[in-house]
Amino acid sequence: MRTKRITWIVTCILLLLGVGFLVFGALNGEAEGVFRKAVTICMECIGLG
Amino acid sequence: MGKYLRRIIQIVWGILSNAHLTGFFRGSLYDGPLKRFCVPGMNCYSCPGALGACPIGALSSVLAGRNRKFPFYVLGFLITVGVLVGRFICGWLCLFGLIEELLYKIPTPKLRIPEKADRVLRWLKYLVLAVLVVGLPLFYRDETGTGLPFFCEFLCPVGTLEGGIPLVLLNDVLRPTLGWLFRWKFLILVLCVLSSIFIYRPFCKYLCPLGAFYSLFQRFSLVRLRVDTETCIGCGACSRACGMNVDPHRTPNSAECIRCGECTRVCPKNALSFSVAGKTPAKKIRKESDSSEDKKI
Repeated sequence: MRTKRITWIVTCILLLLGVGFLVFGALNGEAEGVFRKAVTICMECIGLG
Repeated sequence: MGKYLRRIIQIVWGILSNAHLTGFFRGSLYDGPLKRFCVPGMNCYSCPGALGACPIGALSSVLAGRNRKFPFYVLGFLITVGVLVGRFICGWLCLFGLIEELLYKIPTPKLRIPEKADRVLRWLKYLVLAVLVVGLPLFYRDETGTGLPFFCEFLCPVGTLEGGIPLVLLNDVLRPTLGWLFRWKFLILVLCVLSSIFIYRPFCKYLCPLGAFYSLFQRFSLVRLRVDTETCIGCGACSRACGMNVDPHRTPNSAECIRCGECTRVCPKNALSFSVAGKTPAKKIRKESDSSEDKKI
C-alpha cells in the first residue's frame, strides 16, 4: 500500500514536471527551433553528413 | 478483433504520421505548422511524408546547438508521454516497430538470443541514449562550437529508411553527394532489416534510445499491466507469448514490456489486464472471478 502511494506521488511529480517543461519550452519559443530543424532536410539523419 | 486491433492502429498511425503524400512525389518535406510538434514514436522528420518532428532528432539537435539550451520543450514532451503511457508507444504507435514486426512474420526459423547475452545487450540502448543522443552532442564540439547529433548521423536506421532512401531516389541533386556515411548507415539498416526476420524487434530491444527513455518511466506510467494474483495459475502462457522476453506474471511493469497486450490475450484465466491511473476496466477479471466463485458454490 505504501509502495503504491509512493509510486503514485512520483507519477504525479513527473507528470507535473513533464507538462511544466513542455509549456515553459513552448512559451520560450523552443517549438520554433524544432520547427526550423524539422522542415529542412536533415543531412545527418539521411546519411549525407 | 482484439488480435488485429493493435495492427490496425499501428498501420493507421504510420499512415497518419506520414500523410504528406505529395512529398513522396516531389522529394520535398512538409513545412506546415504540425512540424512544431513531436510524434511520440521513432519517425524521421526528413521523411518526405512526415507531418511531425522526431523527438530523438529534436532532442539531439537542441543539445548540439551552439548556445547549449536546456531542451525544455522536447524533454517535457518525452517525460509527459513516458509518464502517461510508457512503452505503450513502442507497441502501438511506432512505425519502425511495425516494420520490424512484419519482417518477423516472414516464415523462417527464429533465433532466440541466450538469456545472458540478451540481458547484457539490452543495456546497449541506454548507452546509445546516454552517449550518442545526450553526451556526445552536448560535449563534443567542432571549431565553430556546434555539436553533432551523433545518433542520427551514425546509427539511426529510421532516418536512412524513411528519409535517406526516398530523398536520394527522388532528388538528382543529392545523389552525387553519397559517400561512406550513407553506405555505413545503409549497412546498419540492412543489418536491422535482416536481423528483424530472425529476432523479434531487435532494434527496439537493443538499440532504440526512445524506447530506453520511455522505459525509465515504465514503473510510474499511468498505463500499466496488472496481474490478478488470485486468478493467475502461473501456467507461463504469457511468458511464452511475449516477444520481448518478459515474464508478465512476475514483472508486469518490466522496462522491456512494450504493452502490446499479447499476454492479456493468451492468458487462459484473464488474469492480466491493463489499468489506467490505477483503474482496471476489470470486466474480464471480474467475470473470471465470478465464474470461479460460482464453481465453488
